[in-house]
Amino acid sequence: MTKHVTTPTQDVLRGIWHENPVLVQALGLCPTLAVTNSVANSLAMSVATFFVLVGSSFLVSSFKRFIPNEVRIATYVLIIATFVTLADMSLEALVPTVHKALGAFVGLIVVNCIILARQEAFAAKHPVGRSVLDAIGSGFGFTITMLIMGSIREVLGAGSFLGYRLFGASFEPWVIFTLPPGGFFTLGFVLLFLAWWQKRQELQAKVRAWPEGVGERKAA
Amino acid sequence: MGDVTWILISSMLVNNFTLTLFLGLCPFMGVSSKIDTALRLGVADTFVLTMTAVAVWALNTYVLEYFPYLRLISFIVVIASLVQIVEMVIKKTSPVLFRALGIYLPLITTNCAILALAIFQTNRGYTLVQALAFAIGSGAGLTMALLLMASIRVNLEVADIPAFAKGLGLVFIIAGSLSLAFMGFAGLGAAG
Repeated sequence: MTKHVTTPTQDVLRGIWHENPVLVQALGLCPTLAVTNSVANSLAMSVATFFVLVGSSFLVSSFKRFIPNEVRIATYVLIIATFVTLADMSLEALVPTVHKALGAFVGLIVVNCIILARQEAFAAKHPVGRSVLDAIGSGFGFTITMLIMGSIREVLGAGSFLGYRLFGASFEPWVIFTLPPGGFFTLGFVLLFLAWWQKRQELQAKVRAWPEGVGERKAA
Repeated sequence: MGDVTWILISSMLVNNFTLTLFLGLCPFMGVSSKIDTALRLGVADTFVLTMTAVAVWALNTYVLEYFPYLRLISFIVVIASLVQIVEMVIKKTSPVLFRALGIYLPLITTNCAILALAIFQTNRGYTLVQALAFAIGSGAGLTMALLLMASIRVNLEVADIPAFAKGLGLVFIIAGSLSLAFMGFAGLGAAG
């Protein structure tokens, strides 16, 4: 994997779409489902995770020469835990209500596999600048997924977006979407849609690759 | 004693770690394709959860009272070393069990269910007995969810589904239905 020579732009873009941590690699599923019952919660969680991811990538990449190979995972986890403690305390001090709503899940950023995966797969082998770019890409990929999930669940489940009511008084909220099963259903449908879309793209590419007139003769 | 029984039932059914609180989803999606491996992971999880409950209780009572800001860091270090110790002890004393658990034991370190147990236990201020009940209940709940999912996925193998649905998407929809079923337990007790 490291044999590939990538440009800095690719470092950022890769994490956002082609290697989207949640939708493609199926990492960090717990926060994606647990705190996306409203857009505000998703946003707060994304910001906290983004901060931890970029901070840890920076630190791991800077210290990669001094970290012995045998205890590297333990070291990464310690570095991540330090940043999570920072994020936890900052959230508690700045936005206490959001901190309360997120509950234990701020602390659980420590075991978010996205962060550890980026350290192990990228930051430990690449220069500081590239590692930070890679972390920014993955962080944005995670944020986008969180926002998609949060928007679907809040609009359907509560009829609002960021707390603003979208529909008239006659709207009956689809409460199940803010409850735990709704999280599973939403992510399930998003993944199914993406899989269907990908299959469709492949089919269309195949059709385009046909020689001139093949499809037409079949139609006639 | 009623309190302890309630914690046990609550953590197993009402607040099932996997299906209601979304904890430990990565292994839940990863290894729930076979009943056999699902059961092994469940057992390993329960084992480590119980050990962690005791360790975290000791940590909370004797050490962290003086250093509250070191909570997360010390929890994760304790869990990581605990898993390592458990692995070594099992390898020495029961090679059969060690082979049965295989790769799942070291992977448990990054299972969010374990750290979540430590955090919940601290936030709720459980005593040692309560913490043990919580750990065993959560472990049983996790194992149950894994077994249910694995049994369904084994049957899914032979089902006739569209090609694009043969991935994680469908598994999430099934997990959603299971979670829906577990919501029925919410009426068991509003006291919790």
